[in-house]
Amino acid sequence: MKNVDLSVKIGSLVLQNPIMLASGTVGYGNEISEYTDLSKIGGIVTKSVSLHPRKGNPPNRITETSSGMLNAIGLANVGLEAFIKDKIPFLKDIGSTLICNIAASSVEEYVECTKTLDSEDTVKAFEINVSCPNVKDGGLIFGNDVNNVGLITEKVRAATNKPIIIKLSPNTASIKDFAQAAKDEGADAVSAINTLVGTAFDIYSKKPKIKNVTGGLSGPAIKPVALAKVLEISRNVDIPIIGIGGIMNWQDVVEFMICGASAIQLGTVNFINPSVSEEIIKGLNEYCAETNLSKISDLTGSYSL
Amino acid sequence: MIEKNGIVEAVEEIQPGIFILKVKAPQIAREATPGQFCNIKVSDSTFPLLRRPFSICDVEGETVSFQFNIVGEGTKILSKLKKEDILDMLGPLGVGFDYSGEFKNALIIAGGIGAAPFPFLIKNFSEDKNIISFVGGRSKKDIIKYKLKNIIASTDDGSEGFEGNVVQLLDSELHKFNSSNTKIFACGPNPMLRALSKYSIEKGFDCEISTESVMACGFGICQGCNVEGTNSDRFLLVCKDGPVFKAEDVLL
Repeated sequence: MKNVDLSVKIGSLVLQNPIMLASGTVGYGNEISEYTDLSKIGGIVTKSVSLHPRKGNPPNRITETSSGMLNAIGLANVGLEAFIKDKIPFLKDIGSTLICNIAASSVEEYVECTKTLDSEDTVKAFEINVSCPNVKDGGLIFGNDVNNVGLITEKVRAATNKPIIIKLSPNTASIKDFAQAAKDEGADAVSAINTLVGTAFDIYSKKPKIKNVTGGLSGPAIKPVALAKVLEISRNVDIPIIGIGGIMNWQDVVEFMICGASAIQLGTVNFINPSVSEEIIKGLNEYCAETNLSKISDLTGSYSL
Repeated sequence: MIEKNGIVEAVEEIQPGIFILKVKAPQIAREATPGQFCNIKVSDSTFPLLRRPFSICDVEGETVSFQFNIVGEGTKILSKLKKEDILDMLGPLGVGFDYSGEFKNALIIAGGIGAAPFPFLIKNFSEDKNIISFVGGRSKKDIIKYKLKNIIASTDDGSEGFEGNVVQLLDSELHKFNSSNTKIFACGPNPMLRALSKYSIEKGFDCEISTESVMACGFGICQGCNVEGTNSDRFLLVCKDGPVFKAEDVLL
């Protein structure tokens, strides 16, 4: 098989391949490293970190739905200080590009986290979570207001020279406006989509199956929605897109790239098949060879409508 | 670890509604300890999407077995597997029982399908242990005795053994044992474990409980199986910090 170039560029960030592991689905790297060789993966996005530790939501936090799952973890994380002290040392040597996801409840907190992490050489880029649906403060409130997304992007931009990726919510009327606001304020890329708000009830107890009542829907159930959002951004805004939503295999990756994604993130599938990225990379190589594609980046936005 | 090619050897219905699944899985069989679990993908499709966690019931040579009842679509599919079918399994996962101590009496407390992890535990006790199995269920048909030793049963309706729940049964027998040389090992529904934890702490007996939870990954990344810890500013995870906990360490 001839050599295929799987590398992709997201702004100034170069990844060895388009496969990234999504925030909240790989912890801080160490647990999943027992199942997969992280050095083969394009990029790893760590679990959202906030300035102070967050305990997260009480149980039950998850429930399975048709071809998907709802989660309301509530951004449980060790906090910025412990992240730098206890988690970064392991992440230093994984041989993959490390991207830190930051969640906050105020613009100031986003800026402070970014500034503090900016001096960590291991951290190559930031993903700004303006769209967590499961916490009452911050998150969704920011993600639903295009002016706030613009403001956060502007302030975080001023705090770092490293690439910034804004993670967008699908729970809005027009995702392209948010992508445009991120671009206008200097973001290098957007990632789309975060989870869709959903719920599930037990029909006998009449209670919600997760304590938070609503949660974020992920998994193959949301793939068509995610693809449509990626396509919408791709057709309207000139900014690199990282596609996320229900990707289970290499065919899904190709589909996202055709619809405009420069790279993709694997999320829920990591819970089911933690070594899937190796299978996906193999599949992408074979697909490129089969379709005479020498550079996988040529797939991005190659749709014919 | 992932054992993608576990080979089904048998699915046996040992009593109405209770199944034993035997899978040839050499790596898991080699590494498993009592109280650990496997997270099993019951089908190749996205239905069901997530793996399903099951306690390891027993290990014989290269064969790992699981005990289950039908609660949903996942277990329904498992009950219909045929010899030679391939199963994708993650395991062994989690922290199992600490059965290494100096105690003389091992009291097994099993509620319903909570009997599942005990055959493997019983097999691993040193020979000098005096093992007694307190087995509870709603009715006679719910009492699972598979590979348990020295069984005393309780049923809510009195159709077999002691009339009452298994914690009440234990209370009626506990005067025969001394907390200094006796350890309790329990598994069952949360209300039972909650009552038992409170009871064993009050009576001053060492007690370990095997808990269950809805779970996605089974190895600590999804954070979906959290449980409140007694002395912890973070939630504990059933999959990684458990599934077996000291009774005093968790608030169910």
